[in-house]
Amino acid sequence: MRRVEHATRSSQIGVVVIAIALVVLALAPFWGDRQTLRLLAEMFTFVALASLWNLLAGYAGLVSVGQQAFVGFGGYLLFACAILLDVHPVTAILVAGPVGAIVAVPVAALIFRLRGAYFAIGTWVVAEVFRLLASQISVLGGGSGISLPASVVVAMAPTRQMREFEIYWLALALTVVILGAIIALLRSRHGLALTAIRDNELTAQSNGIDVARIKLVVYVLTAFGTSMIGALIFLQKLRISPDTAFSVNDWTAFVIFITVIGGIGRIEGPIIGTIIFFALRQMLADLGSLYLLMMGAVAIVVMLWAPKGLWGLIVERFGWQALPLQRHLVLGKETGGKS
Amino acid sequence: MQWFNVIVQGVLIGGLYAMFAAGLSLIFGVMRLVNIAHGDLIVLAAYISLMVMQGFGVDPLTSLVLVVPVMAAIGYALQRGLLNRTLGDDLLPPLLVTFGLSIIIQNGLLELFTADSRRLQAGSIEVETFQLAQGVWIGALPMIQFTVALAVIAGLQILFYRTALGRAFRATSDDQPVAQLMGLDTRHVFAMAMALSLAIIAIAGVFLAVRTNFDPAIGPARLIFGFEAVIIGGLGSMWGTLAGGIILGVSQAVGAQIDPGWQLLAGHLVFLVILAVRPQGLFPKVSG
Amino acid sequence: MPDEALLDVKAIDAFYGDFQALFGVSLSVRAGQVVAVIGANGAGKSTLLKSIAGLMHPHSGEILFEGTSVAGSPAFDRLGRGIALIPEGRRLFPSLTVEENLLIGGQSRRPGPWTLARVYELFPLLAERRNLPAPALSGGQQQMAAIGRALMANPRLLLCDEISLGLAPVVVRDIYAQLPQIVAEGLSLIIVEQDILQALRAASHIYCLQEGRIALQGPAGELTRETISAAYFGV
Repeated sequence: MRRVEHATRSSQIGVVVIAIALVVLALAPFWGDRQTLRLLAEMFTFVALASLWNLLAGYAGLVSVGQQAFVGFGGYLLFACAILLDVHPVTAILVAGPVGAIVAVPVAALIFRLRGAYFAIGTWVVAEVFRLLASQISVLGGGSGISLPASVVVAMAPTRQMREFEIYWLALALTVVILGAIIALLRSRHGLALTAIRDNELTAQSNGIDVARIKLVVYVLTAFGTSMIGALIFLQKLRISPDTAFSVNDWTAFVIFITVIGGIGRIEGPIIGTIIFFALRQMLADLGSLYLLMMGAVAIVVMLWAPKGLWGLIVERFGWQALPLQRHLVLGKETGGKS
Repeated sequence: MQWFNVIVQGVLIGGLYAMFAAGLSLIFGVMRLVNIAHGDLIVLAAYISLMVMQGFGVDPLTSLVLVVPVMAAIGYALQRGLLNRTLGDDLLPPLLVTFGLSIIIQNGLLELFTADSRRLQAGSIEVETFQLAQGVWIGALPMIQFTVALAVIAGLQILFYRTALGRAFRATSDDQPVAQLMGLDTRHVFAMAMALSLAIIAIAGVFLAVRTNFDPAIGPARLIFGFEAVIIGGLGSMWGTLAGGIILGVSQAVGAQIDPGWQLLAGHLVFLVILAVRPQGLFPKVSG
Repeated sequence: MPDEALLDVKAIDAFYGDFQALFGVSLSVRAGQVVAVIGANGAGKSTLLKSIAGLMHPHSGEILFEGTSVAGSPAFDRLGRGIALIPEGRRLFPSLTVEENLLIGGQSRRPGPWTLARVYELFPLLAERRNLPAPALSGGQQQMAAIGRALMANPRLLLCDEISLGLAPVVVRDIYAQLPQIVAEGLSLIIVEQDILQALRAASHIYCLQEGRIALQGPAGELTRETISAAYFGV
């Protein structure tokens, strides 16, 4: 009797470790101070952004340097809903997902006409267009931006501490949901198709996989998640402007570095990469542009000499898997007769 | 008459955009590489010119005598030392490495020169104008820039189709292994293409820096202009690239005339429209 | 010594990833000799030529050309040394005209009798079409251009990979009719052919490859049809 199984010994351990970690993180408001909560929330959002970018680039082969378009879009949608439409901020975050996904459809229709690196620059152009359009919207602050009104902030929760907790849990929940969705997708039949596309697009196509449609679906779903995270990020920041909302450095450069260094095309990669990125940031504190310069150099070195990233090296060396994602053929004992 | 003026200005800056585009499409044609750091290299050329001007006390146009060979050498070394390793079937390495390079150049320049806005002073030629027609005046400098852009594009055409190096470029681009069989060292051919691209970037960078203020962060926008000019004009055709640059320049000029905040948007919108209705560009070269 | 081998391939193994294509293959060519390598599809004939030309590097064994080892040198270097490959399927450069294709062959500037004029003398059809883009030519004309392109490098050893492939018999005969003239100028040839009769007519020495191994070799005159068939098909 043969079965296809997902789990290996190391992934079973991995799942337990992750479960424990999640419980600890969920209880953070009770053991952590305000600084820690803010840092953790920031890390969660980067894990989510990097995982989404990873899905797009590492699995669907769509390298985008323009995801900041949706981060900013989500942020501006939140501010628009809260300020102009009197919508509760948390509701606005939930709304940002589907609206972002809808916007992604015509965007995809345009930029999918480009291939490879030209597609990447195309995504950048789209982000620029979003940024320029945002600067034209005077009710949302135009070029200099706008702050979230006190009334909206208070509507979230009566005390500042409660608001901090709420945003923290939102960040954790959203990240877990997004990661869960990505994992579910990859374990499904569509996930198998994606892995096939990642390994060899031409062969996947000739095996009957509708590559174009899958890419579109992944692009739209990624926009969904990215927009929600964007809304959350700017809810936490309490202020938005075109330059911060659509910043290439913050929402693309860092995300790409995290994913490349952690390991492209593997779920665990963005998590590892985020931990390394933030550890380095804490250590190197205020080095400003020198820090970015180093990250760029490290990313180049990793890309050329360890293209599978840190997690890729670990997998090669030890065969570990933190999450049960690979499919194994288990050759069981032959039972004489029925299986 | 005012609109005519606007269009003329747009055409003239289109020449500059065409130069941005020429460097980009040249290396894409020869080795299928898109250099994300392209715009930042344009800015690098401007800063190198600044240093040459300060060091030798010359004007920007004279500084080209040094800037062009220096940039070409940088291009050769960059390709041979780093970018040749990224070439291959996988799309990710060249994209991510050049993206990393872009970040490195931007921040390196920021560390060395600060974020202060600068401009290359060309002297009296900046204010000279001459009259093209009744009520239409053209600056001498934009006219020189446009003429140089035309010369560069024409020069590239001649290089590609009438010289041994051009043959080597086309052959290597067609079929790398057979090009090697014919004795062409493809690592060297690619490096020469990058050196040429950076030489063009050097000229474009200096002209840009005389024309407008520059700082380490303006690179990505120039990459985007070059890229839009390539797509509007159509892949594979140098004169198409010129047309693309001109169309982009005119769109931006018209947009700016309607409302200053619309300058960049107008260009992007024209690009998106062309992408929507004629994705192969206006004058694509049908490959032989 | 006049009988010293121009090319000496000694027991080379070649791999495509994990797949072994050549097993200890040895072959030698003397100056002025025409050698044919025959074998079924997938026997390893093209792999052998690619290894000699430098597009592949053997895992073990030696390749000596004019007495010196070429195994380490890259493909573009071998042309300068005097080894030219006419690749399977012609593979002219589509962006170049006929004449430009020929000129590319000549850019290594090795001294020798082959010039543009001489090539046009050999293949007058090419002269008429010199400014046409390469893809505009018929199969036979493209083959002539591919041969001319390799000749322009003034090689000492010319490797011909299935030059009869996809061509009408009349055309093949015309092309093969030119080979003696090429050899007379001082070239040695290795011809890879599926057309056994053509190979037997053109070559003085035959090697038969079967699944990556030399199954048979000998002077063309001494081999019978039966021994060749046996070696070819591995019966």
